[in-house]
Amino acid sequence: MDTSAPGTAWRLPAVPGLNDLVSALRSDGYRVIGPRADGGAIGLGEIESAAELPFGYGVELAPGGYRLRRRTDSAAFGHSAGPQSWKQFLHPPRERLWSARRSETGEFAAEPADPDARPLAFLGVRPCDLRAIAIQDEILGAPRHPESGYARRRAEVLLIAVNCTEPGETCFCTSMGTGPRAEAGYDLLLTELSGPGEHEFVAWSGSAAGEAILASLDLRPAAAVTVGTADAAVDAAAGRMGRVMQADGLRDLLAQSLDAARWDDVASRCLTCGNCTMACPTCFCTTVQDSTDLTGDHAERWQSWASCFELDFSYLHGGPVRSSGVSRYRQWLTHKLGTWHDQFGSSGCVGCGRCIVWCPVGIDITEEIAALRAEQDGAGTGDLP
Amino acid sequence: MTLTEAPAGYRVRDRVAETRDTVTLTLEPVSAALPGPQPGQFTMLYAFGVGEVPISVSGPAGLPVLTHTIRSVGAVTRALCDAAPGHLVGVRGPFGTTWDEADAAGQDLLLVAGGIGLAPLRPALLAALAARDSYRQVTVLIGARSPSELLYTLELDRWRTAGARVEVTVDKGDAAWRGDVGVVTQLIRRAEIVPDETIALICGPEIMMRLTAQALQAAGMTADRIRVSLERNMQCGVAECGHCQLGPLLLCRDGPVVSYRVAETLLAAREL
Amino acid sequence: MTRPELAEFATHPFVRGLAAGYVEQLADRADQVEIAAGQRIFGELGEARGLWLIRSGRVALDLQVPGRQRVVVETLGPGDELGLSWLAPVPRWQFGATAELAVDAWALSSAAVLGLCDADHELGYQLTRRLLTTAIARLHAARIRILDLYALPESTP
Repeated sequence: MDTSAPGTAWRLPAVPGLNDLVSALRSDGYRVIGPRADGGAIGLGEIESAAELPFGYGVELAPGGYRLRRRTDSAAFGHSAGPQSWKQFLHPPRERLWSARRSETGEFAAEPADPDARPLAFLGVRPCDLRAIAIQDEILGAPRHPESGYARRRAEVLLIAVNCTEPGETCFCTSMGTGPRAEAGYDLLLTELSGPGEHEFVAWSGSAAGEAILASLDLRPAAAVTVGTADAAVDAAAGRMGRVMQADGLRDLLAQSLDAARWDDVASRCLTCGNCTMACPTCFCTTVQDSTDLTGDHAERWQSWASCFELDFSYLHGGPVRSSGVSRYRQWLTHKLGTWHDQFGSSGCVGCGRCIVWCPVGIDITEEIAALRAEQDGAGTGDLP
Repeated sequence: MTLTEAPAGYRVRDRVAETRDTVTLTLEPVSAALPGPQPGQFTMLYAFGVGEVPISVSGPAGLPVLTHTIRSVGAVTRALCDAAPGHLVGVRGPFGTTWDEADAAGQDLLLVAGGIGLAPLRPALLAALAARDSYRQVTVLIGARSPSELLYTLELDRWRTAGARVEVTVDKGDAAWRGDVGVVTQLIRRAEIVPDETIALICGPEIMMRLTAQALQAAGMTADRIRVSLERNMQCGVAECGHCQLGPLLLCRDGPVVSYRVAETLLAAREL
Repeated sequence: MTRPELAEFATHPFVRGLAAGYVEQLADRADQVEIAAGQRIFGELGEARGLWLIRSGRVALDLQVPGRQRVVVETLGPGDELGLSWLAPVPRWQFGATAELAVDAWALSSAAVLGLCDADHELGYQLTRRLLTTAIARLHAARIRILDLYALPESTP
């Protein structure tokens, strides 16, 4: 299968190459964010050197289950579905939008929030997460909201994607058309090859910025056989997905399933804890909070992550519109896989599987969708005689 | 328009107490005016340090001066209702879809208002009366809880003089009330609707809008000729906080005015 | 008695769509009446004996409540029928009726209407359907008013 990445494929030797890459990024002024093994999970945080990457760590994933495990090789990116996604950096959990001071005449002028100090470089963005960023761009980013904090941060972020060669037990990116190969939207793209006696990356650039970084690393082109092995590994990953979701027609299925019995079934398990919305890389809902100091003359507006599972998320006229757990679970799944199409022109799900892993009761949306389909296919009309 | 933009300063020019808990504020810009809102649209009104609420415009369209009728139901609306002339409030917007009353040009325009729902309809009525000759019949049916909760009572006769048929009913009369008593749908028969030559605009509590739309459909109107103004929790006004979703709609962007052809199934679903 | 003009009588929503023969039978027993504004049509708890088909004006259904004086429960207007309680097992008006504005109506005695229905059950069935439709609509409206939808909501816990 042809590589879909344009341009030359470069060889990046694993440890020295990554070290050089991280150094080059830092000396270009980037804060490098990458995966780190931390507290029993692989989260995302700032790294100062490639040594902080989780070499040799893999994961065991299950509905409601996540364990780190030791790999037999030293792959840095051989894991998936960590509890965090890149959205916490582009769309922070708490952000001050503006602060304002009120004069004696009652007039107020707002000062926008301080810009971030240094641009970010994301090292190790999976194709599913790359698509998630593109999805959030559509909602929060420049075309619709050119002055937003998201747009500012997004304009400066450097995206280093890593093709997937090891899907997890809960992954289904192929079903959602988002992986295992990254197609577009990256500055640099890597495929990791690790096995007995070898550990290297094939690297492609996807933008002028990526081109410049690669040029500064003094790399040699990758051998054709290496590129072939890399491509084959990614192709093979497509056949080893842990889950499948039949994704076509979901918009209509969910629109027609508002009264399905299955919602009561899943609601009897769902705790409405909202973990899924926190872990999901595309969930974007926020709450706006206005506050003032004791004098009443200094006010601030903050934005923080919200979840449609919160009881008062839909508060209106004295109470929530969506009061029952049934209605709130239905809202989340119907939005993610159905009405997102109406609102933003694509699915909201990228098949990363985080919601399955991080649900404390192990609700699996691939199973829920299959059940909704089955219910619709087998549906009687409920007509009276 | 973005949420990072702070509200623009507007000064209260006039304050009229409409009922015991509802106030109409006229606001003028301190410096640059926001684009004049069209009938059906809303702005986010900000009481400094207290918070922001979505309020439909309730006055003449397209002007730099904004008119809003606000019911005191919580901390923010209480602060806004208490704002005296000269006081400064913040405004973002205007946002949302419009009534498009001009679609009824050459035909009959019917407005059905329940309670404070008359406020978002008033700009459409004023626009229609300003171009009265474009329409055949202009009819306004108003339902309110009681005579003391009727809005714009001093204007009703002006509207009649300007060429609107205005019928008013209350759920409960009082000792002095000599008008109709009953639900607003009971006035529909009087409107003598020509079903395929009428555009109907409905605003009020959600149940009232559904019942009115059903009554209009029973009178022969098709859903695409009926428009309703829908409401959900709104915070950003710019389609990025997710709160105002109603099924596939983001009401700050795809509403508040929605064709009943779309709204019918959404309103029929429980807890959507 | 002034008989209504048949073509005009036939346009009243209550009889619209009835077979011509039935319309004529009813028109023959109807009296064209004018009720002055402020005039009492019947009082609550009186014997319910009439059905009025309102052509114009406004009728207020009311009740004298100690301490609250006269309370209007509903008003009826052109196209409405006044008087349903004659169908109840004990035919007594639940409310009084007053012409709020001057009323033109066609009045029928419930005895005459019931006589026609007893003689011809098909007519009885048709009128029962119509009266039931009116009762259902008023029941719906009354229930909606009980919900007090325009009021400020009480906060749910």
